Amino acid sequence: MSVSRREFLKKIGSSAIIGLGGISAVEVLLPGQFEASQLSRDPKALTGKRWGMVIDMVKLDEQTMKNCIDVCHRIHNVPDLNNPKEEIKWIWPETFEHAFPGQEHVYMGEDIKHMHFLVLCNQCDSPPCVRVCPTKATFKRKDGIVMMDMHRCIGCRFCMAACPFGARSFNWRDPRPFIKEENKEYPTRMKGVVEKCTFCYERLAVGLKPACVEASKGALIFGDLEDPGSEIRRVLRTHYTIRRKSELGTQPSIYYII
Amino acid sequence: MYNGGKIVIGLLIFVGLVISPFLLKGDKATAKPDPKVDTPEILKMPVGERTCVEDKEYMKAEHMKMLNEWRDWVVRDGLNIYTSKAGKEYTMSLQNTCMKCHSNKSKFCDECHNYVGVKPYCWDCHIAPKEEG
Amino acid sequence: MLELAIKGSRRYWSWVIFLLVLIGAGFIAYLYQFRVGLGVTGMSRDVSWGLYIGQFTYLVGVAASAVTIVLPYYLHNYKKYGRIAILGEFVAVASVSMCMLFIFVDLGQPLRVLNVLLHPTPNSVMFFDMIVLSGYLFLNILCGWYILGSERKEVPPAGWIKPFIILAICWAPSIHIVTAFLYQGLPGRHYWLTAIMAAKFLSSAFASGPALLIVISLILRKFTKFDPGWDAIQTMGKTSAYFLIATIAFYLFEVFTAFYSNIPGHMHPIQYLFTGIHGHTKLVPVMWTCTALLAIALPILVIPSFRKNERLLGFAAVATFLALWLEKGISLVVGGFIPNPFERVFEYWPTVPETLVTIGVWGIGFLILTILYKVAISVKEEIVFDKYGEKQIRS
Repeated sequence: MSVSRREFLKKIGSSAIIGLGGISAVEVLLPGQFEASQLSRDPKALTGKRWGMVIDMVKLDEQTMKNCIDVCHRIHNVPDLNNPKEEIKWIWPETFEHAFPGQEHVYMGEDIKHMHFLVLCNQCDSPPCVRVCPTKATFKRKDGIVMMDMHRCIGCRFCMAACPFGARSFNWRDPRPFIKEENKEYPTRMKGVVEKCTFCYERLAVGLKPACVEASKGALIFGDLEDPGSEIRRVLRTHYTIRRKSELGTQPSIYYII
Repeated sequence: MYNGGKIVIGLLIFVGLVISPFLLKGDKATAKPDPKVDTPEILKMPVGERTCVEDKEYMKAEHMKMLNEWRDWVVRDGLNIYTSKAGKEYTMSLQNTCMKCHSNKSKFCDECHNYVGVKPYCWDCHIAPKEEG
Repeated sequence: MLELAIKGSRRYWSWVIFLLVLIGAGFIAYLYQFRVGLGVTGMSRDVSWGLYIGQFTYLVGVAASAVTIVLPYYLHNYKKYGRIAILGEFVAVASVSMCMLFIFVDLGQPLRVLNVLLHPTPNSVMFFDMIVLSGYLFLNILCGWYILGSERKEVPPAGWIKPFIILAICWAPSIHIVTAFLYQGLPGRHYWLTAIMAAKFLSSAFASGPALLIVISLILRKFTKFDPGWDAIQTMGKTSAYFLIATIAFYLFEVFTAFYSNIPGHMHPIQYLFTGIHGHTKLVPVMWTCTALLAIALPILVIPSFRKNERLLGFAAVATFLALWLEKGISLVVGGFIPNPFERVFEYWPTVPETLVTIGVWGIGFLILTILYKVAISVKEEIVFDKYGEKQIRS
């Protein structure tokens, strides 16, 4: 049988494509090697349908706020770059006009005008960042936490453009040299990925509330918004609360008592 | 042969490129890897029970796939307990479980990784235990 | 046919080497960025996209604008475009290649780029953008290369290519609409959150694309024997003029909506771009240069006696291309991030490495374009007459 050079190249090319495609298809389609029964949750883990938080600004003083921020940034190995261009922050203070732009007015009392509001990822129920992520590196978990999978992030920063709350930070360079004291129990990040508050998913998994809540002396109330009997629902029933930019329909899960 | 000289030069360049990894490999990693499992944490275990989450052969062959699935289970599904085939429970965590025993990254992980020339980026984020010396 | 690209004059090779030098400089700058991280660019926590994504956006438009040549030729049998349809298609190939490179150099973890395929996410516009761009690249290479091949053999193209040509025509607007959707569907970025974004994208693309092709045609007339045809150049001038008017009108609609409604969030980015906010004025010269260039280009393109003057037309085409580049390649992306979600102004300006990488990618684009054009023009020089029997090569 004689084969022309053209035919030969065609055959070789298509079998290479089929071969490679086949291998990757098997890799993708093959289910994991573990039985579902081998995987479980820690029995102590806190579970909920939609985690949320109320920030009671009446109770939250400046020092407590600072403690909340410090503990979060310390245990999560958030670097201190001391440079607004490349700054990384998970939870930080903003004044009223910046936290709630458009809500301020000229006759506002000086105390509220200069008060610092604690802001963090809003853990939206309808998160635009998740909608735009091309790799599902940021995704919403079943318990409502808008989570980051650092292994998967390609660093396109679409989520940063999509987030109306400026909650996301990008690692413009290797963050490790800027971490004062490493928490050996928690990973750092590498350059080129986006990060943000994850509602301390790693603490919830072992039965602890988020670190900021623990440090807040009761000013931050954390709980399951879907559980009518929860403390957070009681607070939301009995107090007037506001959310940041609620008009955008992202359904933030962070509420403020002013 | 038309353009004989050019073809020969082209072939030489091609062959050079193909064998370049062997020419450029240097002296490193020629010794057979010998990962050490003599860390204090491992030595503390009774001799008969010195085993990883699964048996040695399985871990040797599959640890990378296992870690890959672990991270998805933990990060994406919020499940963090792994029950081994022997029925023992472990927290799925590279940094807090694996590296607690294998606290000798340079003598354990790097030993084989260097030999086979892979550079997993695990430790770009996960903090490796501090090693003596 | 590719062998035609390795036989050229001294001038051709000097140009290729010049481009290779630019590419080399860009590549070195990229290695630096790859090692240190995107911190070497001017981008920041607040302005998290910059020059790279701007170039991507602009070039998607240039790529899509091939349809302004291909559509009249294939759907309306506009014979004057017979000779240059291939020029449009090859501009599309070079532009889409640059688009993909600009996305790539903008990634924080470029080695993970295939995660987009490994974890396909249909709800992400970026996923769709990748699909439409790859598809468009394929269609243009296929149609351009095949039709040039049949031109060389002096046989009419086979029937099977026709559906691909029609598909490419329909596909062209989609790439730019999807690119507009990257921006216009984001809550809280007032400058982008407007339904007219896609329309403005298309109109500015169909103004800047023909402008580029006019410049290229004039250069080819001067430096090669190939004559794209004066009538074709004039028609592209008219296309550019109409779409330029539409673009300016669409922008003014935005300005009206923002300022008559008096909604602060809508006014701020426009104020920032044209007057600066709180003394932050980095982009003000960019916007006024853009405005001035358009003010000069528009009358030349619109008034027939000016447009028919080769030199004036060339100037207007360059001015249009540049002005729309300033608008879409820089101010559109940066303006969307200023003020930031906290109503603070944090400015952006590209750094030297970032500029070098950008120049390097443009260099690659122009190299692709040069090679493809070299092939196309060599073919045309061989066969001398276009398919309507008119001489396309000057002796």
